[in-house]
Amino acid sequence: MTTLAAGFADPSHDAQRVFRSVLEAFSHPGRIVTVPAEAEMTGSLSAAATAFVLTVVDRETPLWLASDLDSEEVRTFVRFHTGAPIVADTGAATFALLTPSRQPMLDGFAIGTDPYPDRSATVVIQVPALRGGPSRTLRGPGINGSTTVTIAGLPDSFWSEWAANRALFPCGVDVVFAAGSELLALPRSIAVES
Amino acid sequence: MPDTHDTSSSDSAYNYAYLDEQTKRMIRRAILKAVAVPGYQVPFGGREMPLPYGWGTGGIQVTAAIIGRDDTLKVIDQGADDTTNAVSIRRFFAKVADVATTTRTEEATVIQTRHRVPETPLKEGQILVFQVPIPEPLRMLEPRETETRTLHALTEYGGMQVSLYESIARHGRISKAYNYPVLVNGRYMMSPSPIPKFDNPKLDNNAALQLYGAGREKRIYAVPPYTPVKSLDFDDHPFEIETWSECCALCGSKESFLDEMIVDDDGKRLFVCSDTDYCQERQQADKP
Repeated sequence: MTTLAAGFADPSHDAQRVFRSVLEAFSHPGRIVTVPAEAEMTGSLSAAATAFVLTVVDRETPLWLASDLDSEEVRTFVRFHTGAPIVADTGAATFALLTPSRQPMLDGFAIGTDPYPDRSATVVIQVPALRGGPSRTLRGPGINGSTTVTIAGLPDSFWSEWAANRALFPCGVDVVFAAGSELLALPRSIAVES
Repeated sequence: MPDTHDTSSSDSAYNYAYLDEQTKRMIRRAILKAVAVPGYQVPFGGREMPLPYGWGTGGIQVTAAIIGRDDTLKVIDQGADDTTNAVSIRRFFAKVADVATTTRTEEATVIQTRHRVPETPLKEGQILVFQVPIPEPLRMLEPRETETRTLHALTEYGGMQVSLYESIARHGRISKAYNYPVLVNGRYMMSPSPIPKFDNPKLDNNAALQLYGAGREKRIYAVPPYTPVKSLDFDDHPFEIETWSECCALCGSKESFLDEMIVDDDGKRLFVCSDTDYCQERQQADKP
């Protein structure tokens, strides 16, 4: 028998507060936000990734799980709390959860179409830490001039993948980095320099 | 067992903020896409709201999806806090979302607006929610949605430039005074909603997040903070905003957007600020 971790203690208000922190992260790319409401840790998912899933994933949004995050515990949790179908086809997923061990990281996810670039996937990448890694400079909408991120545990190849993703604009995937109870967003509109 | 739906002081006949959780999640996802692709119109499953289209159903759904008990809400209609539309929407959220309300721009965390941007500069962390009647800037030039989608995909905005040129040819200047088209971050053409063109410069590089909701047309779009928003123009006919030779009769402002009022049967006219909060703040500051 697998155990089922608890979701939000106060679903409506917790989801609202988490959404506002996610919205802050998307509005200010590169800014590290602390997720204000925590659910019980689930399998290998971080607190921030768990809260993100509980806030935006539901039965209308197929979810793709990388093999190193996949477990019966996570599947049970996702099915019970969100009702989301867990899919094996990367192209069918609205949301994806993975770690840097997947290579190439952004390959195969929906990027939307030119008339409907919103029909694309949001990829949550769980990393060891959002600070202490190599420094990168971000520019674009939401950033006053430029800002710096130092995401740890991310291979250099990610940034060449990101440049290719950025070149697809307005198509492309949006990325959310999660570590512990913190997250940071990298919408497709953001250009990165080393 | 803990009470998971604490609705102690709001109306418990409704889910928090009126919309059900599934609808809020759907709108929240649309908002995130809108922020990721600035100026692009994201379709969403608009719901029936307890007021008719044209009264701010799009703005209300966006506000309902983002608002929480920690927020302070301000609602304006044509700049005024005391008009019917503004008062009813403010009361609606006080009732269903248990939020504090204010008329002061600087105290508000969420400002829902119809047809104006407040005169007081907005700060980082504030969210400005626009009520939008027609989200598609190209709609008057091209009625087919499939075509306007393609035009946006191809960044084919020549038609709008031609329409502005025709205006110059006919009137000697660009005569469009409100809903003046803008280009967001050099990519998407966007309708700023029917704000006077006077407010267009405030959209550019604003520190606040701008969210736009169109209820009837079921579209959400956004301008993130610090994003370039350029009003369309020509090198030899640069974009200009309205100016007045008068100043506000109540606060004396020469910088704000003025409404012309007829105050008696003899047709006596008066110019006053459209932004009531800005005007009142100035009047209070003048008092000894």
